[in-house]
Amino acid sequence: MTDQLDPLDESAVKAAVDAALSAFADAHTLDDLKTAKIDHTGDKSPLALANRAIGGLDKADKAAAGKIVGKSRGQVKKALDARQAELEAERDAAVLIEESIDVTLPTDRNRLGARHPLSLIQEQASDYFIGLGWEVAEGPEIESEWLNFDALNFGPDHPARQMQDTFFVDPADAGLVLRTHTSPVQSRSLLQRGVPLYVVCPGKTFRTDELDATHTPVFHQIEGIAIDKGLTMANLQGTLDGFAREMFGPESKTRLRPSFFPFTEPSAEMDFWFPKKVGGPGWIEWGGCGMVHPNVLKAAGIDPDVYQGFAFGMGIERTLMLREGINDMHDMVEGDVRFSARFGMKA
Amino acid sequence: MRVPLNWLADYVDLPADTDPHALAAEFASIGLEEEDFFGPEITGPLVVGRVLELVKEEHSNGKTVNWCRVDVGPEHNEDADDPKDPQPGEERPSRGIICGAHNFVVGDLIVACLPGAVLPGDFQIAARKTYGHKSDGMICSAKELGLGEDHDGIIVLKNLGLSGEPGDDAIALLGLDQVTLDVNVTPDRGYQLSMRGIAREYAQMKGQSFTDIGSPSIAEVNAPTADGFPVVIEDSNPIDGNVGCDQFTAVQVTGLDTSAQTPFWMQRRLIAAGMRPISLIVDVTNYVMLELGQPLHAYDTSLLGDQIVVRRAQAGEKFTTLDDVERKLDPEDLLITDRNSSDAASGRGGKIIGLAGVMGGAAVEVNDETTDVVIESAHFDPISIARTARRHKLSSEASRRFERGVDPKLGPVAARRCADLLVELAGGTLSPATTQVGQAPEPTVIELPVERVGSLVGVDYSVSEITELLEGVGAAVTAGSDTAASGNADSNVTLSVTVPSWRTDITDDVDLIEEVARTGGYDRIPSIQPAARAGNGLTEAQRTRRRVSNLLAADGFTEVLSYPFTSDKRDDQLRLDAGDARRSHIRLANPMSEDLPLMRTNLLSTLVDLVVRNLGRGAKDIALFEAGLVSTSAGLPAGPGPRHLPGYHPSDAELEDIYASVPAQPYHYAGIITGNAELAGVWGKGRKAEATDVIDTVRRIAAVNGIDVSVEADQIAPWHPGRAARFVLADGQELGHAGELHPKVCENLGLPARTVAFEIDFDALLAQDDLRTWDGALSTYPVSRQDVALIVDADLPTQTLAATLREGAGEELELLETFDLYTGDQLPEGKKSLAFRLTFRAPDRTLKAGDASAMREAATQLAAERHGAEVRS
Repeated sequence: MTDQLDPLDESAVKAAVDAALSAFADAHTLDDLKTAKIDHTGDKSPLALANRAIGGLDKADKAAAGKIVGKSRGQVKKALDARQAELEAERDAAVLIEESIDVTLPTDRNRLGARHPLSLIQEQASDYFIGLGWEVAEGPEIESEWLNFDALNFGPDHPARQMQDTFFVDPADAGLVLRTHTSPVQSRSLLQRGVPLYVVCPGKTFRTDELDATHTPVFHQIEGIAIDKGLTMANLQGTLDGFAREMFGPESKTRLRPSFFPFTEPSAEMDFWFPKKVGGPGWIEWGGCGMVHPNVLKAAGIDPDVYQGFAFGMGIERTLMLREGINDMHDMVEGDVRFSARFGMKA
Repeated sequence: MRVPLNWLADYVDLPADTDPHALAAEFASIGLEEEDFFGPEITGPLVVGRVLELVKEEHSNGKTVNWCRVDVGPEHNEDADDPKDPQPGEERPSRGIICGAHNFVVGDLIVACLPGAVLPGDFQIAARKTYGHKSDGMICSAKELGLGEDHDGIIVLKNLGLSGEPGDDAIALLGLDQVTLDVNVTPDRGYQLSMRGIAREYAQMKGQSFTDIGSPSIAEVNAPTADGFPVVIEDSNPIDGNVGCDQFTAVQVTGLDTSAQTPFWMQRRLIAAGMRPISLIVDVTNYVMLELGQPLHAYDTSLLGDQIVVRRAQAGEKFTTLDDVERKLDPEDLLITDRNSSDAASGRGGKIIGLAGVMGGAAVEVNDETTDVVIESAHFDPISIARTARRHKLSSEASRRFERGVDPKLGPVAARRCADLLVELAGGTLSPATTQVGQAPEPTVIELPVERVGSLVGVDYSVSEITELLEGVGAAVTAGSDTAASGNADSNVTLSVTVPSWRTDITDDVDLIEEVARTGGYDRIPSIQPAARAGNGLTEAQRTRRRVSNLLAADGFTEVLSYPFTSDKRDDQLRLDAGDARRSHIRLANPMSEDLPLMRTNLLSTLVDLVVRNLGRGAKDIALFEAGLVSTSAGLPAGPGPRHLPGYHPSDAELEDIYASVPAQPYHYAGIITGNAELAGVWGKGRKAEATDVIDTVRRIAAVNGIDVSVEADQIAPWHPGRAARFVLADGQELGHAGELHPKVCENLGLPARTVAFEIDFDALLAQDDLRTWDGALSTYPVSRQDVALIVDADLPTQTLAATLREGAGEELELLETFDLYTGDQLPEGKKSLAFRLTFRAPDRTLKAGDASAMREAATQLAAERHGAEVRS
């Protein structure tokens, strides 16, 4: 490179440019490019020397040489910058690649908890009825016998009042029981909210059943009661159909079969149509319902000749078992964290 | 109620090709839900056989068996004997069968099941080698065919009053192809506990006309006479004013043949209906009970005193019922007793012969030598019978019926039917002498406004349909008095409905409406969703519970629901002081387990069990929470609770009493963490849970609800005395506690050491006013941060020092962070150093460095004054 380049020798200058471009292209690292840069654009590079040589030319040649060399140096500078940017981008990308992590590593440094699906299902049911304009009522679990039984038209000798079904608070004549159903909340609502009344009452209930695959002494129900002028069994059927669709899917519906409960007349057992039933779609028993007995309204001081309505109740455990295909009550009541984990915060 | 379909066919038109499953579904649609289904359990060949020859062979095991040649009909006989194992006697078409029973002789017709047959219990019959012969089938006992318990010998057809030819199908002959439906009768419908009641339902369901064999106007009845067996009703203690026995019919049959046996057909029906054949007289009373629904009792006249006395028991009396249990009687128990006229003056000197309507005793029971009987057909007060049956835990076929209501007009019909059957089956003579004490009550008449039916059910019934449906139920229906006045419009008609005597459940117009809806079909009811009034949405309490529960779940706690039953022992394990209010439990009169008779006063007491259970199942790092009600016995009423009859509306004062009788049940949240709070993994070893984790949980619960809570150290079980925090709300109410559990408590409960827990009273949280204020726009001027470390006494709560700094720093302190705690060599004994970062921001200007340090100085100045805090340099 020591040969002095004649700034007027266009082909020699072009050769120097070509050599520079080729050296840049061949540079695959920023270090190589730095060397090539010094070689081809440094003070001692042919083009720099040629440029310097222009000063010694005749005035007439100066302009021509300046044009030749200037244009060439511009071309070289542009190529160098482009290659520099290219290699820097490559280097930056390589750094990020080297910083890669295994994104499939476990991430659960903080434990995720879960809600109990029995709670979630009560919330779902409550939300459905809230959407219809109903309200959600609650009441105590240790309840007055009058509210749990008499106010609901259970006479003093009704079989359900006997010790084999009902937990009595000691002493047994204290008139307190662990509520055997969520129905006392019906009476409390009738007495305290008055009519018209549209409420559901989800909650914990108690009966003296030993824990087995299908029974538990502590369980949950959701109860609904609607009292207004002119409500009919058709309205009961309509309400149940809507609720079944909410809980079991849009193809579900309910049917009523005659039955007996002290607090309703007419009374019915309610089956729902379960499209996802194991072994094929079919009817499954879901709960009890009926038109609220006039004695229940009378006990709450409501005139049964003016107001009438319906009530229904179903087991939350049963609803969950059917919907989720759970076979054993133990799983729901034993508090095993593996059970709830499956549901997270959505049942 | 078990309904043998061939029995039902006696009273209604039941087509032979009826699909029993379809029938069960139809019954369910009128309220008779299927409980069980008993179909044919035997597949053939099961045939009549004639014993042609038999040879008794004694075997080395000491047993003698019969090697028989049996004619089982041309279709099943083998033409020739096996030459290697010939059957006894002359060679004829037959089969060789070994039989161990000895109650038959040559020439008897027996029942043979042949190879290929399957008996109840999936017992497959095949030819088999036994006692040196090939037994080519089996001669059956009653038990083997599911015809009862009799296994003493094989079935000899003539003993059952049956006959046939060899080869006849014995399945049909013995009625083994019959189907029985077991339907669930709801407790209000006693009349359905009889073939009579079920037949009526069937007839109405199928639109058939029905002849009621239980109606006194159709069935034959004896007219009462003056010389009937003397019966006296002496009820000194009626329950709620109702005499225990309001009607007692007695008829007498004499000269019964003691050798007469219950015919096979009756035994079959009794068994199919779920009862055990016992003896002819008892079987007949049971048969009539199943047929008509009237429980009956037959007494041996020769063992009976001069008169029957129905009375209440006296305190201290005892009586041994037929099940051999001696019962201590209660003055409410109604008894059937007898009395001799000679000692009539001496009062109640006779024997107790039965617990009325529940169960008899051995004294005057009919037996092998009974020739004369008195048949009791009485009507008892349902409440009295129900209480006696429950008191003595003695539910019988009779008591089940009386409790649910027996037709009060049925007594004379059933007595006569029973007597007629006895005369038919055991000879004897029905005496015209008939006792009739008391009268059936007058029928109930209910006015039914037709308009009410449709307006309750939501189906548009015509007057004629309502009338027809109620008549099908057995009611007499006439148009009421106001019909003419209101014209012909259906909606204005009021019907006058005479309730049938057996429908003691129908007392009000709604009961009639149910019968119309039920018999008209619930499937006719349309589906119409009612438009509710606009509601108020979830309550604040409901929304807050969801917020807190979801926070806890997101913070790593799993929600569980423990049973609320606990014990004094658990309180000991939790180290609760003797005087601790949490030891004042509500006690259950009838707990599931005597070990857990108490209702919990705090959630942790039962939540800990679920932690232990999860540990036992292999879980390591566990965080559980529970939300629910707790109670204490504080304020529990001392006296008996308020009682009012159904339909009674209590006065305001009575209602207040009722509400006040219910103990307070605050809603709590509790949580436990054991093991790591931060889990171990590729990122590190994790971090053990410590008191601060649960203290922070409670703080977060308060914070997400916008509630201020302050913290102070506390010493309270079951927590570690130096690592427990008490939370106090702005109004001074206690919110709850959190911290590490006492080491002894962990040891007592089997929890890992250093388990931490919290429990709070959610109702106290809810009761707080929202004190949050908002005083304008957010300042966007820059912040100025100042750090300071203060040396204070080691026991000065950080919260107190921080509050002082806040107060001293003034309103422009935006944030105060505690970032370091140091105790150690570089400090004097009993001192600690706390480092704070104060972030200042003014609402209206950029603070200068001097401003911020002046405010910091003011803060440390106040801390120095209040707590002797020294700035650590």
